[in-house]
Amino acid sequence: MRIVFEKRKSRARGILFAVPALSFMISMLLSGIVLLIAGANPFETFASMASGAFGSSNGFSETLVKTIPLALTGLAVALAFKLRFWNIGAEGQLVLGGIASSWVALFLGPSLPEPLVLPLCIAAGFAAGALWAGIPGLLKTRLSVDETLVTLMLNYVAILFAEYLYYGPWRDPKGYGFPGSAPFIEAAWLPRIFGRAHAGIWFIPVIALLFWVLLRRTRWGFELSIIGASPRAARYQGIAVQRNILLAVLLSGAIAGLAGACEVTGISHRLQQGLNLGYGFTAIIIAWMSQLNPLAIPFVALLMGGILVGGDQVQMMMGLPSAMGTVMQGLILFPMLAGSLFTEYRIRVLSGKAKKSKVACVEGEA
Amino acid sequence: MIEKNNSQPLVRMSGISKAFPGVQANDCVDLELHPGEVLALLGENGAGKSTLMNILCGLYRPDAGEIELRGRKVSIEGPKDSQALGIGMVHQNFKLVDSMTVLENIILGMKNQPLVLDMKKVRAEVLQLSKRYNLKVEPDASIWQLSVGEQQRVEILKLLYRKAEILILDEPTAVLTPQESDELAKVIRLMKTEGKSAIFITHKMEEVMNFSDRVMVLRKGRLVAGLSTTSTSPSQLARLMVGRELLFSIDKKPFSPGKTILSLDRVCAKDDRGLDALKEVSLNIRSGEILGIAGVAGNGQKELAEVITGLRKLKSGSLRLDKEDMSQSSPIAMIKAGVAHIPQDRSSAGSVGDLSVASNLAMKEYRKPPLSTGIFIIPQRITSLAKKLIERFKIMTPGPDTHLKFLSGGNIQKTILAREIGACKSLLVAVYPSRGLDIGATESVRRQLVDQRDQGFGVLFVSEDIDELIQVADTIAVLFEGRVMAVMPSKEAAPERLGLLMAGVGA
Repeated sequence: MRIVFEKRKSRARGILFAVPALSFMISMLLSGIVLLIAGANPFETFASMASGAFGSSNGFSETLVKTIPLALTGLAVALAFKLRFWNIGAEGQLVLGGIASSWVALFLGPSLPEPLVLPLCIAAGFAAGALWAGIPGLLKTRLSVDETLVTLMLNYVAILFAEYLYYGPWRDPKGYGFPGSAPFIEAAWLPRIFGRAHAGIWFIPVIALLFWVLLRRTRWGFELSIIGASPRAARYQGIAVQRNILLAVLLSGAIAGLAGACEVTGISHRLQQGLNLGYGFTAIIIAWMSQLNPLAIPFVALLMGGILVGGDQVQMMMGLPSAMGTVMQGLILFPMLAGSLFTEYRIRVLSGKAKKSKVACVEGEA
Repeated sequence: MIEKNNSQPLVRMSGISKAFPGVQANDCVDLELHPGEVLALLGENGAGKSTLMNILCGLYRPDAGEIELRGRKVSIEGPKDSQALGIGMVHQNFKLVDSMTVLENIILGMKNQPLVLDMKKVRAEVLQLSKRYNLKVEPDASIWQLSVGEQQRVEILKLLYRKAEILILDEPTAVLTPQESDELAKVIRLMKTEGKSAIFITHKMEEVMNFSDRVMVLRKGRLVAGLSTTSTSPSQLARLMVGRELLFSIDKKPFSPGKTILSLDRVCAKDDRGLDALKEVSLNIRSGEILGIAGVAGNGQKELAEVITGLRKLKSGSLRLDKEDMSQSSPIAMIKAGVAHIPQDRSSAGSVGDLSVASNLAMKEYRKPPLSTGIFIIPQRITSLAKKLIERFKIMTPGPDTHLKFLSGGNIQKTILAREIGACKSLLVAVYPSRGLDIGATESVRRQLVDQRDQGFGVLFVSEDIDELIQVADTIAVLFEGRVMAVMPSKEAAPERLGLLMAGVGA
C-alpha cells in the first residue's frame, strides 16, 4: 500500500472553506495542549477568551478597535502578495501614515477650515504609506533589489523616526514628560461609533469591495492577475509589468498608511508610543489565512482581533503569561499553511498489487 | 499485430499502467527489448511514450505492472536503481548544469566516487569513449558554451561512462541538423554492434525507418502494434499512430504576394547574455507570404521573433511595419499594430498555467470591446468568447474555467493559436508552433498558418523541420549564428542544401 499526493484537477469550492475551518480546529487543539502544559483548563480559557473578545460591549468594541488596522493592513499586504511582491513592511507604512497624518493634524490643522482637517489627515496617511512602499517598489522594479529585506528594514526606520519625533521635536511641552505629541484639535478626530471603535471601520468594507471589483471586474485587475501568475507571460502580452507592480505596491502601502492615519485620528488623537503594535505583521497571517481573498480578510481580521483581545483577557482572568495570545496566533498559522497544501493536493491511497496484464491490451487494432 | 522474438529479452515490461489526474498515461502496456536491438517507440503527443520510459528509468513509479531485467524481476524505485541496472536516459530537455564543464557534468551525481576526484583518470576515460564512439566534445568547455547537438553528445557520453547497456533517447533528433542526425544514427549503430540496446522515442516516421530494428506504436496510453521495421511502411505506421489516414501535404492558394508588410534592414541585436545574436539581418515579408526561418535552435530565431514583436531592443538597423518605422516600439505598440506572436516557450511565455482557459484566450482581446467597456471587463463575455474559440479550434478542455495547466501540450498550443489568430491584423510570428505536437495537432497548426497567409497577412514561421518548412513556407531564409545565410523560394529549396546552410556551410 502506498500513499501519494496528487494534484487536484480543479479546486472545489467546498475545499476552500473546509480546509481553513479544519485547520482552525487543529490549531485550537494544539493551543489546548499548550494551555494544558501551562496548567490552565483549555475549555475555560477558550470560553474566557471568547467572552472577553465578543461577550461584552466593551470587549467587542476593543476587538473592533484592533480589527480596523488588522483588516486594512491585511488588505494592503494581500494586494502586494497577489503580485508576488512580498511586502512585509505594512507595519512601517502604517507608522509613516500615522506620522504624516499627525503632521497635518498638529501643524496644518489649526489654520485650516475645520471640515477639511480630517480628510486631509486621512489623505496624508494614504500618501505617506504609498511613499514608504514606493521606496522598495522602485528599488525592486528598477534595480531588482529584493523587496523582502527592504520592506522589513524600512519598518524599523519608520518606527524609530516616529520615536524620534515624539521624544524630540514634536513632544508635547505640556505632557509632563510623557513621550507623545500634543493632542490633535478635535476637527482631526475620527468620530467614535461604538466604545472606542471609530468610523475608520467603514474603510474596511469599502476597500475590500473595491479590491474585489478591481481584481475581478477591471482591466487593470485582469492585468495584475496575469502578472501575479506569470510576469514573463504578461510581458509577452504587452503588459508593462514593472510599472504595474509599482502601482500596485504604491496602493498597498497607501492602504497600510490609511490604517496608520485611522489609528492616530481615531484612537490616540496624538502621535505617541503604541502605534506600532505589530498589526502589519499579523496582517501577513491574515492575508494568508484568507488566501488573499479580499472579501475574507475582514472576517479573519475580526477573528484575529478577537484572539488579541481575548488573549489580554486571559492574561488578566486566568493569570496566564501575556505571550499566550501570540503563541496562539502562531499556532493558527502553522496548521493554516499546512492546510493550504490540501487545497492544491489530495491524498490517494494506492494498493500495491499489480494488475494482471490483460490480453486485450496487446491486440493490434489496425 | 505483435511479432514474437523467442530469445530471452533484456527488458520486459508487462502490464504497465500509470494514471495522472484525468489521464490514463499508460494502460496495461507490454514492452520487450532484446540485446543489441534498437527499438523505436512511436506515438502522438500524449500517447504515453515518455511516461513509459520515465517508468523504466525510475522517475515515475507505475500504478501497476512489472519490470524484468534479463529474466529477473526488478523494482526500480529511482534513477539510482536504473543506473545500477545499466539503464540510462537522455531526456528531451537535457539534464545538464550549464555553468559546469563537460567532465564535471559527466561525473556529477555518480555514486561511489572517491573523496578527491581523480579528474585525470576521468578525462582519459571520457576522451577514450568519445574517440571510440566518435562523439567529439571539448571536455573542459562549460555546457552553456556548447551547441545543442554537442550537449546531446555530453548526455550520451554521460550514459556510456556510467556503463549503461540500455540507452533511452527521448526525441533525440528534435534539436539536430540533418547532418547531426546522421552522425547520431552512426553512433547508435556502433553501440549496437557492441551489444548495447537502445529505445528511442519519436514521432517521425523517417527516423523509425532509418534507425530501428523494431517499432512499437502507442496510442492513447495503449500499445497498438509491435512490428519489425523491415515489415512495415511509413504510411502503415502513420495509420497505426493516429488511427486514421493522414494528409501529408497541405493545400494552399497559389503564391501571390502583395505589398511589403514587414521589412528589417541590417538589424543587429544582442541576446540575454549580451552576445551578438542577430548580425545585420535584412528580411522582408509581404502580405500573403509565409517566410520560413530555417536553422538549428539557438541561431538567433528567438531573438528575431522578439525584435519583431517589440520584446527586444534593436542595437542598430531598422524595422518597418507597413512602411512605418517601428524600430523602437514597445510590445504593446506592436500588438496594437496587429502583430501576433506564438512564442517558442509556450508554457511560460505564451500562456499562464495558473489562469483559466478563458482568461488565457482573452489576454489580448480584453483591452477592447466587447470584452471590456472603459476600465471594466465583462466576465460573461470573456466566457462566451472562450466557448466560441474552444469549439472553433477544437480545444479539448473540461470547460472554459479549467486552469490551463491541466490541458495537454497540444491543447495549450491550440489555446495560444486561437488567441493570437484573433489578434493578428498584419503579421503572425510563429516560433516552432508545431514543436512537440502530434500529427493531428501539427496539421491543424500548419493549416492555421496557411489560412492567415491566404487572408493576406504576413507570416513569419520559424521551424527546425526542413520538410515542414518546404511544405508550408513560400520563401525560406536560413539563419546561422545570427546571420541570414540565404533567402530562397521554397520551391527551389532542396533539403540537402538547407541542411548545409543550417550548419554554416556554403554561404
